[in-house]
Amino acid sequence: MININDIMETINMISEENLDIRTVTMGISLLDCADSDAKKACDKIYDKICRKAGKLVETGEAIASEYGIPIINKRISVTPISMVAAASGADPVLYAKALQRAADSTGVNFIGGYSALVHKGFSAGDEALIRSIPEALSVTNNICSSVNIGSTKAGINMDAVKLMGQIVRETAEITADRDCIGCAKLVVFCNAVEDNPFMAGAFHGVGEPDSVIHVGVSGPGVVQAALKKCPNGDLGELAEIIKRTAFKITRMGQLVGSEASKRLDVPFGIVDLSLAPTPAVGDSVAHILEEMGLETCGTHGTTAALAMLNDAVKKGGVMASSYVGGLSGAFIPVSEDAGMIAAAKSGDLELSKLEAMTAVCSVGLDMIAIPGETSAEVISAIIADEAAIGMVNSKTTAVRVIPAIGKKAGETLEFGGLLGSGPIMKVNLTKSPKKFIDRAGRIPAPLQSLKN
Amino acid sequence: MRTIVSVIGKDSVGIISKVSSICNDCNANIVDITQSVLQDMFVMVMLTEIKDINCSFAEFSDKMVDLGKKENLDIRVMHEDIFNSMHRI
Repeated sequence: MININDIMETINMISEENLDIRTVTMGISLLDCADSDAKKACDKIYDKICRKAGKLVETGEAIASEYGIPIINKRISVTPISMVAAASGADPVLYAKALQRAADSTGVNFIGGYSALVHKGFSAGDEALIRSIPEALSVTNNICSSVNIGSTKAGINMDAVKLMGQIVRETAEITADRDCIGCAKLVVFCNAVEDNPFMAGAFHGVGEPDSVIHVGVSGPGVVQAALKKCPNGDLGELAEIIKRTAFKITRMGQLVGSEASKRLDVPFGIVDLSLAPTPAVGDSVAHILEEMGLETCGTHGTTAALAMLNDAVKKGGVMASSYVGGLSGAFIPVSEDAGMIAAAKSGDLELSKLEAMTAVCSVGLDMIAIPGETSAEVISAIIADEAAIGMVNSKTTAVRVIPAIGKKAGETLEFGGLLGSGPIMKVNLTKSPKKFIDRAGRIPAPLQSLKN
Repeated sequence: MRTIVSVIGKDSVGIISKVSSICNDCNANIVDITQSVLQDMFVMVMLTEIKDINCSFAEFSDKMVDLGKKENLDIRVMHEDIFNSMHRI
């Protein structure tokens, strides 16, 4: 029989250290639902999602109960709606409402894919979809939206960056009565991946099968607890501990993913090797960095510590799973991480440090509340900066900022649940990037050799 | 399928008897059993074969969890594979 200490270790990880499967996400292609009649297309979308994912929640719960591991979210990602909606040319919000109906019927937490991929330019349907995002996110509750505005191969579409600054602001304004929650469901990507199981950026890429199961694991608390047992080890030893822990966490994801795939008769896609924090105490990526020896997350040394953590998680996880993909890395969403919230509140963690951190980890400026007076062009400039980091370093970066309408730096936005609470962070509002953003056009793709 | 029934808590008379009587009631076969004291806690782990049980997995699991609540013990029923996959390559 299995060693009793191993059994106790697993049980302890689940009961004391918040180990869980963050999400089982079913990707569903909607390409065959496109129709010149929008109503017909919406009916096809609803029917296909319900047919494919009707048993997703039930199956997830059965696996959670049999294996004794919590599965926090059951989600769906779909083909970017701009592609499906283009066939009818009708108001894309109709499609968002159809997705919401499907979310209600299947009981999933979120459907992601109210998306457009415009890294080189807008095709039919893209601009209409982007302009409809504020309304779509305000009339739905469980729909997530993402827009890819740049890539290493295509450069950065600055027309889209300019537009997205306005869209993020409008989304905040239209949902201002609900703590600007719309912006928590909207992410702007550079180098978006096609098999991401995590929200708000999940969509089902066109290179994916008709339907597929992806799994996202979590477990910052487990890594922190493991590091706590080695208070005086050198960084090489810490990297080893992180690798070993990540291996164990990922094996859980692999097991749950393959079991869900078997029971639902849907191919298994990938495990996303991520450390995804929650606002719960003992489930924080910032606290891992502090366990490594930083007095607080955000101080000098944070980028180096995070780089090591991120790399060790990948090294440990890669061997534990047959297919690794998605965003794979440590997440640093400010409002969803108790340690980040504390560091942002105390002023030790600033936006500029977060930006540097995103160069070495997954995935970007995530869940950051910014002052309500931040103009659309400043938001566009934040997006451009972040996209440039992703473009040049051939990695995914993203921006999910929440302009807190009517509030100032130092106040807080309360989202509740997994989205947590966001201390409003300082943004440089004294000098304007307006002229740079207004130039629009496209930043050419970067050179991929001569790497010094 | 085989499950691991784990019991953690303060030692007292008759724990194993109560857990195994649920196995008996449900027609679950006890394949292996081991116990130990870890950090002052009584820990008992039982490997059970439940392919022929006369109730659903959920009912079997609920009976164990209810016993745990009554006796102030942490009792869990988990599929064997979760431990195999985590601790064996």
